[in-house]
Amino acid sequence: MKLPDSPAVKVGLSISIATGFYGISFGALSVASGFDFWQTMALSLLLFSGGSQFAFIGVVAGGGSGVAAMTASALLGLRNGIYGMQINALLQPRGWRRYAAAQLTIDESTATASGQSDPDEQRRGFWTAGIGIFLLWNLFTAVGALAGDAMGDPKQWGLDGAAVAAFLGLLWPRLKGREPWAIAAACALATVLAVPFVPSGVPILVAALVAGVIGWFSHARKDEGLEPDIDPYAHPHRGKHKDAGTDHRSAE
Amino acid sequence: MNLWFWILVACALAYLTKLVGYFVPAKLLESPRIMHIAGTMTIGLLASLTIVNAVASGQGLVLDARIGALAAAAVALWLRAPFLVVVIVGAAAAALLRLLGWG
Repeated sequence: MKLPDSPAVKVGLSISIATGFYGISFGALSVASGFDFWQTMALSLLLFSGGSQFAFIGVVAGGGSGVAAMTASALLGLRNGIYGMQINALLQPRGWRRYAAAQLTIDESTATASGQSDPDEQRRGFWTAGIGIFLLWNLFTAVGALAGDAMGDPKQWGLDGAAVAAFLGLLWPRLKGREPWAIAAACALATVLAVPFVPSGVPILVAALVAGVIGWFSHARKDEGLEPDIDPYAHPHRGKHKDAGTDHRSAE
Repeated sequence: MNLWFWILVACALAYLTKLVGYFVPAKLLESPRIMHIAGTMTIGLLASLTIVNAVASGQGLVLDARIGALAAAAVALWLRAPFLVVVIVGAAAAALLRLLGWG
């Protein structure tokens, strides 16, 4: 089978381009939040999980401490452990491949692999999406960081508004059904109530606690859609089209 | 260089979290409750980060151009705009409101 005929490779490539490109927004927001070029690149190269990266810089931008930023980032990355378990079960990578696969285990690569039923296709999908996003995400992070450095006052360009939009954009695809909306509303409310009383960055951890408690007590429900998967194959407005190029799922 | 330290700790934890899934027996993580909590916590953290970045200023709450960015981004998402467009719409809304003298 030639590679271009592989549906998983096609999906992997298109999701790589779509996801990698908005590394620009991460790079620009990171330098606007006071991180230097290499700190920004360290987050994209080593941490490599979009939601956690945005969380880290978002907490620092709001005046939070490094330890609060680290905690928010680590909690937001917990789902990657579950993805790792899923990919391990599907691909059963051995030796050094296991360590490489771990770093590439994010929302998009997991979803690309688990959307295929043939084991070879799952393997191609995971590695194409994982490597493709890793390369493009880092390339565009660098572009964004250099562009952001040259922009001057970030507020004049509305970059603080861009951060708000980025978080809402990461949250939006997960708000399917009533329970996700209720959790989001409860956590937003808990955050606002906590802001005046605790140091910056801590309200986010209060919200994490609220979400954890809700999760602990509501887990028996079977009608929820809260498994941490995303679906790059879904196309709500264009039928069952196997092309994720225009998809805007979160980058994690 | 304090910030560097926490960046590297966050990077190490992120990698170890991913790696755990490959080495821990599947049974341990497969509990529906743990899967469910990973889902609720992701939603809760993202909702919290959205609202903190929209209305918090240190330990105060303010309504400024960022709330306009939040509304504009919501409209863009409602219209199924791709992620990058949503981010640009948010930035443009905040910049425009400031140009008009608000926030």
